[in-house]
Amino acid sequence: MNKKLSPGRRAYTAGMKALMYASTAAIGALVLLLIGYVLYRGIPNITWKFLTMAPSILNDTIGIWPDILNSIYVVIATIIIVLPLGVCAAVYLSEYASNKRLVSIIEYAAETLSGIPSIIYGLVGMLFFCEFLKMQTTLMAGALTLVIMNLPTVMRTTQESLKTVPQSYREGAFGLGAGKWRVIRTVVLPGCVDGVITGCILSVGRILGESAALLFTAGIAHVVNGFFMGLKSSGATLTVALYIYAKERGEFGVAFAIAAILMLLTLIINLSAEAVARSFKNKRRI
Amino acid sequence: MKQNKKHTAKPIEAIVHGVFLVAGLITVGCVLLITVYLIISGLPAIKEIGLIPFLFGKVWASTAKTTEPSFGILPFILTSVYGTCGAIVLGVPVGFMASVYIAKLAPKKLKAVMQSAVSLLAGIPSVVYGLVGMLVLVPGIRKLFNVPDGASLLAAIVVLAIMILPSIIKVSVTALEAVPKEYEDASLALGATEVETHFKVSVPAARSGIAAAVVLGVGRAIGEAMAVMMVSGNAANMPGLFESVRFLTTAVASEMSYSGGLQRQALFSIALVLFVFIMLINAALNFFLKRDKEA
Repeated sequence: MNKKLSPGRRAYTAGMKALMYASTAAIGALVLLLIGYVLYRGIPNITWKFLTMAPSILNDTIGIWPDILNSIYVVIATIIIVLPLGVCAAVYLSEYASNKRLVSIIEYAAETLSGIPSIIYGLVGMLFFCEFLKMQTTLMAGALTLVIMNLPTVMRTTQESLKTVPQSYREGAFGLGAGKWRVIRTVVLPGCVDGVITGCILSVGRILGESAALLFTAGIAHVVNGFFMGLKSSGATLTVALYIYAKERGEFGVAFAIAAILMLLTLIINLSAEAVARSFKNKRRI
Repeated sequence: MKQNKKHTAKPIEAIVHGVFLVAGLITVGCVLLITVYLIISGLPAIKEIGLIPFLFGKVWASTAKTTEPSFGILPFILTSVYGTCGAIVLGVPVGFMASVYIAKLAPKKLKAVMQSAVSLLAGIPSVVYGLVGMLVLVPGIRKLFNVPDGASLLAAIVVLAIMILPSIIKVSVTALEAVPKEYEDASLALGATEVETHFKVSVPAARSGIAAAVVLGVGRAIGEAMAVMMVSGNAANMPGLFESVRFLTTAVASEMSYSGGLQRQALFSIALVLFVFIMLINAALNFFLKRDKEA
């Protein structure tokens, strides 16, 4: 068939194909180079001491233990708050809401939220949580800011999986005399676990990678604290620490070590999100 | 919420309904909160400086001591616009070509690998992009173009172009995959080659989705702060390719920590301007997505 093509068409086909191959190859190479470079520069700087010590000005050593703890605290606090809110909102939209206008308003709001850049979240979080609610610059204020940011993600993934719960399950439960709340509790919610887990994983990824929104709300301190004390005090997460060490202190070795850790975490998060999606897809098929 | 009555009593149903309704309305509340806060805190400085001098003033000298401080944000607006356009010009063709390949031509295994690679690209924290840009791109530009400092608009454009790739590819691939198979079969049956079919039938059929992808990329580029802050040099110059520049986002981020008085209020006004840009972009995005659904 190809032999009959005019030279112009053959050139078009070949040219477009070459451009497609080149673009795809470039993106693949870019991803590999980025990962390789960051790991290559970062991993030699990761030592046990580096991971488990607080920075000390006296000994002139840098450790990222407090930053690791802060990241974990922010993740836990944010997820604990955002999961129930996001899941309830999604359940409302797909199970309760009968007013079409209200649904479209809520969905429009969620879309708007997911388009707002993190620097604006940081600013409003600072004004509202830190100043208006007098929480000062604390991890809790940062976590609450991130709750608003991640609400649309959890809502969307939960909603997607609610759509896959067969209508007949609900009808069956109603037919047996269950009330609405019982149907939701026993039939609908267990059916959307995969969406909740996916939303959770995606949110963890976003929280770990967030920096602009946390810079003004959670601060930049490197102090080791317990969970509740930590939430009440200011602290830098890994990403914020990376920014401070690279931009303000010129400690590129430290910055690359943190970058390598973040890169590994991103890899793990992406792989687990894919694994969850796959395993639930297989379960559905059976 | 943990009521365990054996028979469903009416009040519980009402309470639960109420709880879910409140959770649903929280997103609306958050949007209102953000909008109201930005307007309330952004307007005073604009009122004091004047809308025209604020938006079109060419000099930003917020901390000037000897002379009157000046608050003109035209350099930031133009930098953001140029930076975003540059990122689109660089990123969209590459992303578009790769999406057509991933959606239509790639073998199944390669497709899965590329899709994970793209999600990974989306998941990498912006500070990591900033760090690599700072230590690879900035010195590279300095050597390649023989300029005194590589931290420039060009460096920011390259970083942004890479950062918007995942948004562009994900949305375009989804749109291209949704094109009905019949369209393509018809085109192939008429004697068009595979590549011709994809570019002359599938792509036009998915054009709303692809437009949405580009708009999404614009939104990402204009809102990015940390990565840009690390590579753009951060001086309030009028934009030039090799000039050290400041974006709307980085203007807010870089002075916030030590600002006070009118300077601080002016920073909120910059955020308000950025917010207006984002809202316009969101409206455009919704327009394209809606048209995509109807089509």
